[in-house]
Formats: sequence, C-alpha cells, structure tokens
Amino acid sequence: MSTPILELENVDKSFGPIHVLHNISLKVMPGEVLCLLGDNGAGKSTLIKTLAGVHKPTSGVVRFEGKPVVFDNPKQAQEIGIATVHQFGGTFPLMSIGRSFFVGVEPTKGWGPFKVIDRKKANAVAIKAIQDFGITRIDDGDRLIGGLSGGERQSLAIARAVHLGARVLILDEPTAALGVKQASHVLRIVLEAKKRGISVIFITHQVTHAMAVGDQYAVLIHGSVAANFYRGERTREEITDLMAGGEALAKLEAEVEN
Amino acid sequence: MSGQFSFGSLLRRPEAGAFIGLVAVLAFFVVFGGLSFLKTAGVASWLNVAANLGIVAIPIGLLMISGELDISIGAMVPAGSMTVAILSGYFGLPIAVGILAALGFGVLVGLLNGFIVVRTAVPSLIVTLGSLFAVQGLVLGLSVMLTNTTSIPLTSPAWAKAMFGTFIANQFQVIILWWLALTAVYVFVIHFKPVGNWIFAMGGDKVSARNAGIPTERLTIILFVLSATSASFVGVCQAILFNSAQVSSGMSFIFNAIISVVVGGVLLTGGFGSIIGIFFGTITFAIVNQGIYFTDFDRNWSSLIIGVMLLLAVLMNNTFRKMALSYSPKKK
Repeated sequence: MSTPILELENVDKSFGPIHVLHNISLKVMPGEVLCLLGDNGAGKSTLIKTLAGVHKPTSGVVRFEGKPVVFDNPKQAQEIGIATVHQFGGTFPLMSIGRSFFVGVEPTKGWGPFKVIDRKKANAVAIKAIQDFGITRIDDGDRLIGGLSGGERQSLAIARAVHLGARVLILDEPTAALGVKQASHVLRIVLEAKKRGISVIFITHQVTHAMAVGDQYAVLIHGSVAANFYRGERTREEITDLMAGGEALAKLEAEVEN
Repeated sequence: MSGQFSFGSLLRRPEAGAFIGLVAVLAFFVVFGGLSFLKTAGVASWLNVAANLGIVAIPIGLLMISGELDISIGAMVPAGSMTVAILSGYFGLPIAVGILAALGFGVLVGLLNGFIVVRTAVPSLIVTLGSLFAVQGLVLGLSVMLTNTTSIPLTSPAWAKAMFGTFIANQFQVIILWWLALTAVYVFVIHFKPVGNWIFAMGGDKVSARNAGIPTERLTIILFVLSATSASFVGVCQAILFNSAQVSSGMSFIFNAIISVVVGGVLLTGGFGSIIGIFFGTITFAIVNQGIYFTDFDRNWSSLIIGVMLLLAVLMNNTFRKMALSYSPKKK
C-alpha cells in the first residue's frame, strides 16, 4: 500500500479553553476525493484551516507524503502543494482573467527595472488551463472575472490552483452558492482534477454532491470524526442522518409521513 | 480581436468616463468662455492647478484602488511648505536640508499612518483624520513656538528655484514637468509591472491577495508613505515658488484629490481604476476650477458645476463598469 499524500493523526485544536477539534485522524490517498461532511459549527472550517496552514494543531501530527509537517502560514502550505479554494473562488471581480490567474506569480518579460507583465502569455496560459478543464466558453483572457458565472469563477480558481502546482485541493463549499447546472460544472472539474492524480478534500453539506464525486467520506460532529467510510458503504439516508447528528432527520421524516 | 481597434473595448476601460468628461467640460467652457481658454495663458492656468493636484491625486487614487484612503494630505501640503521654510528660511540651513527634512517628515507620517492602519484595522479614513489634525496642530504649534509667526518667507538659491519653483515662459509652473514625469512612471509601474497587479488584487479581495502571497501589509504602508511624501513634495514646491509658506493652505487638496480620482474612474470600494483615468480626472477638475474665470458666469457657481460634474462622472463610470463586467465576446 502506498503512502497517503496527506494524513492527520490524533489532531486536536483548541482556542484557549474552547476545544474545537478532538482526536481527528484521517488519510487521503493521491487521486482520492475525500468528502468532509458536517453541519454548521461541526468544525469543518477549523479543520481545513489547520490543513491550509492558517491554524497550527494544538496536538497531533499532520503528515504530507509520510513526513510530519508544520505550517507557519498558508503560503508554506501552498508551497508544498496544499491549495485552498474558497466558496466564491477567491478571485477579483474587477480584474481580467489573465491578470487574476497570475496574481502574485505574474509571468514577466524584459529585464532589470523594465521587467513587465507578459500579458499575452498570462492570458494564453490562463485560457488554456481553464479550457483543459472543459470550460470552453471562456476564450478571452482580457474579460473581467466579474462577468463570469459563479461556477466558472470557481472552476477558474481550481484551474489556477492546479496550474500553480497544487497536489491536494481543499475546496470549501464550492457548490454551496451555485445553481444545479453550475454545481455540476464544478463537480465535473473535481473529477477532472482527480483524474490527474490530484487529491481533493471536498467540504460540503449537500449530500447529493458528495455522493457524486466522493471516494471516501468523513462526517464531523462536534469536532470529532463521527464516521469515516468508503464509497458505497452507506446510503444517502444514513449519511444525512449522520450529518444532522443522528436521529433528528429520520424522526422528522417519520413525523412528516404520519 | 485584440490589437484591432474597437470602440467598444475603449469604452470598457476605466478611463473612458474620465476622457468623455474631459471632452465635455472642454466643450462647455469653449462654448461659454470662448477660445481664450485654450490659449497659452488659459492652458497655463489650468495646467498649474492640475499639476499641483495631480501629484497628490495619483497616490490617493492608488490608495483608493487598494481599498484605503488618506486625508492627512490636507495637513501634509502645508507641513511640507512650513518644514522647508522654517529650516531653510528662518534658520538659514541649506535648502537641500530643508527639502530632505520635509520629504523625510512625509515618509514618517506615511509610515505612521500605514502602520496604524495595518496593525489595528481601524478604517484608514479615521486613522488619517486623526493624523490630519495631529499634523496640523504640530505644524501650527511648532511654527509659533520656534518662529512666533505662522507665515515665513523663504529665499531659495537659483538651482532650487529652477528645479522646484519657477515659471517656464512666465506662466507654466515647473511642477508641471514633475507631474508629467511622475505620471509616466506611475503608468509604467502600475499597469505594466507585477506590483501594480498586486495593488489591484488587494483592493479586489484583500484576504485572497494575501493568500496568493502578496505582501499586502508592506504594500499598504508603502502607499501611505507615497501619498504623504507626495503631498509634502507639493508643499515644498509651493514654498519655493511663492518664496513663503503659511500654516493653513492645504485642506482643499483633500476633496479636490478625491474628486479627481473619482471622476477619473477609480471605484470607491477599490479594485478598479487607472492612472491615465486619474490624470484625465485631474485635468477635468482643473478645467472646471479655472474655466469659470474665462466665462461671464459669476465664479461663485463653480462649486455647483464641480458638484454636478462629480455626480455625472460617478453615474457614467458606473455605467461603463457594468458594460465592462457584462462583456463577453460575441460568438463568431
């Protein structure tokens, strides 16, 4: 068996007296999609922030390709290949596609003090990266981000992270604000990333979306892993009930039916 | 496609509104004031105003693009004048010392503004409102304490006059050349170098910009240093030009700079704008400011015109911005 690309072992995180994460142990293999499910306040955000280098675990170990890692800031996590894409894509509505794609890592031409951004190259690379993910509608790198749909923005952000060398993609509720069709775009891109051997940690509370792309599932309740299982081991109803904290929804359904 | 001329793509640029506004006010004043307004004396009158304002307006515009604001410039212009006048005029130190001290004071105030904004996350309007009053009080207090007056004469050597405060052809202030040169440098740095891209990214979404590895805090501080130092520089030039400095002579810069920037197409909430737009916005403002003297109108109306112009410019810029956002290339 190969080494997991990312592994958490007994990770705890507290903010002062408040314990947010308890004893989290998870493994993600290369090219695997881990769906992180949980209700609001279950600790999903804290967990991904810990993985992305925003927080440091209070105790426990995070391993990347088998080696223990500690990040001082999100930049360090990005440098070894853990990229986070936030709900709205983390893009800049009034910048052009080419410019925003390369924010912070602009390709340049020329020399010395006259080194300038290579706009043509930036646009061409950005457009190619996004089209390779199957979004062929985008073909002009000078278009502003704000003119794209929510799904396209999200896709662009994922394409950007992959282009910049991400090996583990953390997607924070990428489909939460999207319509059905837009969401399916994003899900297709998740599968495309997986096909390229990139691991994806997919945070959502929409069970349907999780069922569509997930290989492995982890349900967080009150900061602990309540269940960790593989595709096909649980039914949709079981997952929904787990997320809602057990019996609540089943009971509600029973009441509705009566 | 790109490279080919297209009227539509020009309209989607941030400076489109500013350029149309400029043409409109030019037409307005030519109609009501006649062509004397475009002759040498007329051009000099508004170019002088534009240059003094423009040097401050561009860094203010950059701060606004990055999502901040600096109103302490209103105190920094007289602070620059007074520093050079007190040191080199009253105490008789070499003019170079006075100039460097004035610029140094600008750097110091800018650093202070920047650090407070970055460290405390208090809105920069409030922080610089504080430093506006603090610097004003400091300059007034120090000048009365040291010189017993609030208006100080300054005689500068010929080289300093020639560089910072002379009239070319008896009408054009030499600061116009500084303004043009600085504008060219800003255009290059902001629109062609990566750091310019970072400033736009900061204004668009600060958290994402930081996650993308952009040194947002350092850039914010640098921009505050730039605006305070630029204001101080304009003050120095004015003191050398007029051979004297007064304590209170800079408050109009605050609103005038903001008007120029907004007319120039910079989005108040950050992330959108252009240097050329601010350049046109500044000229537009200066023309309205000076043009009234060439017409038969009572000059008391000029504020009305400026106010209406500002509102029209904002509405026009909003329209152009929407066009830019909703634009997608037509399928062929």
